Amino acid sequence: MSDPARAIPDSAPAKADHPPVTDWVHDFDHTDPQWTEDPFPIWETLRTASPVIHTDRFLGCYMPTTYEAVKEIAYDTEHFSSRRVIVRDVRPEIVNTAPPITSDPPEHKPAKQLLLPPFTPDAMKRLEPRVRAICNELIDEFIAEGQCDAAARYTKHIPVRAIAHMLGIPEKDSDLFIKWIHEILELGIKDDATMMRAVQEMTGYFHGHIEERKQNPTDDLITTMMNARDRNGQPLSDGHVLGSLRLLLIAGIDTTWSAIGASLWHLAKTPSDRDRLIAEPELMPTAIEELLRAYAPVTMAREVMKDTVISGCPVKSGNMVLLSFPAANRDPAVFPDADKVVLDRKENRHVAFGLGIHRCVGSNLARMEMTVAIEEWLKRIPDFRLDPAGKVAWSEGTVRGPRQLPVLFGKSA
Amino acid sequence: MSGKLKVHVDQDKCQGHARCKALAPELFDLDEFGNAHEAGDGTVPAGLEDKAWLAKSNCPEMAIDVTEA
Repeated sequence: MSDPARAIPDSAPAKADHPPVTDWVHDFDHTDPQWTEDPFPIWETLRTASPVIHTDRFLGCYMPTTYEAVKEIAYDTEHFSSRRVIVRDVRPEIVNTAPPITSDPPEHKPAKQLLLPPFTPDAMKRLEPRVRAICNELIDEFIAEGQCDAAARYTKHIPVRAIAHMLGIPEKDSDLFIKWIHEILELGIKDDATMMRAVQEMTGYFHGHIEERKQNPTDDLITTMMNARDRNGQPLSDGHVLGSLRLLLIAGIDTTWSAIGASLWHLAKTPSDRDRLIAEPELMPTAIEELLRAYAPVTMAREVMKDTVISGCPVKSGNMVLLSFPAANRDPAVFPDADKVVLDRKENRHVAFGLGIHRCVGSNLARMEMTVAIEEWLKRIPDFRLDPAGKVAWSEGTVRGPRQLPVLFGKSA
Repeated sequence: MSGKLKVHVDQDKCQGHARCKALAPELFDLDEFGNAHEAGDGTVPAGLEDKAWLAKSNCPEMAIDVTEA
């Protein structure tokens, strides 16, 4: 699939249309509108059919449908590589890596360890007051209106401003970051040119910030990365720093935007859960885990490097794998009443943040942002519901969450 | 529950989800990378037995053992 012309955006193929899916078991497509709208019954059908299914779309792709099969693949870095982490129509030559998410052993561990200390639970506690302030600044802007699109005016802005704050880049550039992420994670599945352009723009943006800090070092995550040393004591290459910065921005924004949005969507349509959370605030940590289980936003990917067998099913090299942590979280073999949100679920080994060496580096950040965003919303807008005149719209593909979430509150509710 | 309980985190399995620290902060500590290990020698003080089992049953990596000392 290596094609030098790919570097020139205008010569890349136009966005491909996918025929509608009629046979989910043999021809699945995670970009089909039916999947985007309501994937849960589809996953149940697939799980009943086989622990691993295959589609010829995306140049060949498997999907593990059970918790057990997802786990086997996540732990098997010998047969399954992370060098490609998004299932797309094309598999161009790999030029832009984003360590550690695109790294395999042995390169993975040193790259990951550089990023872990800034994201511990204690580090997140220090960031929490800023996030609480961001949430209230946003609510101030629309609370008097009695209605809003909670995705466009609230959930969208919280993670991007928090990660900008951590990286030391202007929070006002948020709209630019959100545009790049939409182009990379959604449009990029079918439109290589748009994805490449977004990656290039993002790289240029961060390159400027790195050059600035070479003259004037600052106290932020970009400087931390620039000062980091690899396992041989050498500074990281600009390419490594740029890749990790791209990762933090891409992975840290619409993922948590989606998780907060799906949680608010659930609470808007489930008054009993909303009332219970307000009456029992001590339930919040357990409830957040359950919302993460039920509405896990992130589906990752692997590339099969060597033939193997997963849950009794043969898996051939050259194919991709759609590693659906959200589907694993709905497996009734592991979670009783898997399709019900049980706010006080006691045993919850959900895999919203992945399993094994690629556990999401930002999981503590995401948990803190979700908790704060829901707490502040419920404090100021305890009574709200979906606007029957509006439409909830969900994002397509790799990260699933509401991109349009019209709600009524106050006197309107 | 007759004897005293002990908790232990398998360092090869722990990936730093930090669920144990959230559920049973008295029984677990995190290192600078956010990976967990048992506090002290892992002995569970009387009254915290439920928290030990809760931590075990919420670890996605199955990294926590609870044994009778």
